[in-house]
Amino acid sequence: MSPEFTSGIKSNQLIFEHSATGRTNGAQMVEDVASASEIPEGLLRKTPPMLPEVSEMDAVRHYTRLSQKNFSIDTQFYPLGSCTMKHNPRACNTLALLPGFLGRHPLAPERFGQGVMACLWELQEILKDVTGMTAVSLSPMAGAQGEFAGVAMIRAYHDANNTSGNKSERSEIICPDAAHGTNPATATMCGYKVREIPTNTDGDIDVEALKEVVGPQTAGIMLTNPSTLGVFDRRIKEIAQIVHDAGGLLYYDGANLNAILGKVKPGDMGFDVIHMNLHKTFSTPHGGGGPGAGPVGVSERLKPFMPIPVVGKDVVGKDEGSFRWLTETDLPQSIGRLSAHMGNTGVLIRAYVYALLLGREGMVRTADYATLNANYLMARLAQAGFDMALPSRRATHEFILTLKRQAKDQGVTAMDFATRLLDYGFHAPTTYFPLIVPECLLIEPTETESKETLDAFADVMKTIQEEADANPELLKDAPYTLPVRRLDDVKAARELNLKYSPAKD
Amino acid sequence: MSNVPNELKYTKTHEWVRTESDGSITVGITDHAQELLGDMVFVELPETDATYTSGDDCAVVESVKAASDIYCPISGEITSVNEDLADAPETINTDPYDTGWLFKLTPEDSGEVDELLDAEAYLELIAEEDH
Repeated sequence: MSPEFTSGIKSNQLIFEHSATGRTNGAQMVEDVASASEIPEGLLRKTPPMLPEVSEMDAVRHYTRLSQKNFSIDTQFYPLGSCTMKHNPRACNTLALLPGFLGRHPLAPERFGQGVMACLWELQEILKDVTGMTAVSLSPMAGAQGEFAGVAMIRAYHDANNTSGNKSERSEIICPDAAHGTNPATATMCGYKVREIPTNTDGDIDVEALKEVVGPQTAGIMLTNPSTLGVFDRRIKEIAQIVHDAGGLLYYDGANLNAILGKVKPGDMGFDVIHMNLHKTFSTPHGGGGPGAGPVGVSERLKPFMPIPVVGKDVVGKDEGSFRWLTETDLPQSIGRLSAHMGNTGVLIRAYVYALLLGREGMVRTADYATLNANYLMARLAQAGFDMALPSRRATHEFILTLKRQAKDQGVTAMDFATRLLDYGFHAPTTYFPLIVPECLLIEPTETESKETLDAFADVMKTIQEEADANPELLKDAPYTLPVRRLDDVKAARELNLKYSPAKD
Repeated sequence: MSNVPNELKYTKTHEWVRTESDGSITVGITDHAQELLGDMVFVELPETDATYTSGDDCAVVESVKAASDIYCPISGEITSVNEDLADAPETINTDPYDTGWLFKLTPEDSGEVDELLDAEAYLELIAEEDH
């Protein structure tokens, strides 16, 4: 039997291809579907919508089979650099599904939502404390929206502080060349021109280059620290001083917060605004489109501009100790709302439970083990003969391996290694990012993996190198064992087609 | 080894520049740059008549690996862009120095061309980057 068949059904079929005219759920059940005959003729469609007609069992089997093809953190080691694919403790999910959280209507009066509001208020306090910021708003619904909110606050601050009464003439945001692509994209979305600065060979920002581009036109700088190169920028205080002296603000991209959790606070480094990816550092499920959560933390001077709503706690008067939504009335200079209600509350509750499960000590241990695991794996791979992009530096929670030598000598690329890893049951690391390191793999093991898993990964990388030494062509055609073989990424980008069209009779 | 034609001028950011007989300037990306970027999938070109100062980002090339800014090598006004790239961005991979050109411009000061790298200096630059 050909491997593409399972249980007599072609496993690569689309749900539409299972369709049979007139097939419905439960053929044996009593028919009691309301008739559409009372709808006026003129309002009826001329042709039925093109939807698959399948039984419930067909639908269940189809989607269960699809789910079995997934690579996921629940089934495989997932060292996707910059994404912090850690285990999501089941307790977070279980508690977030309590009926009191799940059943609360977002428009219900505050007095009926004191429980959920207390949790959100405490989460704000925890995030404030761990990042060293003055205030936190939970409302952004993903990292990118958090970034947008952050830079929108920088713009609002400069406009509000422009003594002429006009909009600020600060027109530039500085980004290092190693930045996440979302940073320059966010600055552009907020109407700024992006000035790129280089990274020096040690992986730190080129401070001399920064001094040259900074000036009265500078609105701010967007940084990730530890950077996307997996190293901590050692001159951060000096960088903060240079930007602040020019009147600019510092934006902290929280993508790599896992490395410093409970150890170093962005607020102490001099940052004015930060977004956090709760779906990374605070272990809420992610991948496949979210939902995420991207709370923003601010220093004192950006507090008036925070996105609303924020959870407030009354500290005096008859309502002492009760929680309420802070809105336009409390924060008239707010950049506004980013969602209809209170962000992705279900995700926020999961992050809250996770934070409580860890406690203050657990957060420190998270950073300890995230960096220990990364440095251990880096040492194992270096021992196996792989080249590190920054061999002189200690890794943070992730590190970069470069296959430039293999590409040159053997003709095998980072993509060939990545796809071959899939055959061995490991999700591939991030490939070709950051852009400034050729043929790179960005590897982030996270704190939740055991030594055995890290050893197994290092052994497989060594095996793949041996395969490349013996027969480089083997890697070029990988993967061999997955439902689909090597994908044509060029064709996918040039001729993207996601629409099902029925085969012609 | 990448092809680096002798008769062209080059930038540190991997654009090539050719001065045509009528004094206009044609710009593209080098063979080395297209090798690094990999298969091209999309090109965003400047508007005709737009003016740029040298060093301004004026176009974007997107490959399966990355989207990269193209910097205007010489200050001037864009006179035409390579419309064929919209349907066939892969031309940049197959023929970077001829049919894979990006845009043409009228230079503000043709003397600026002399400040660019010659083939020898560009070869040195990519050898250095290879370390």
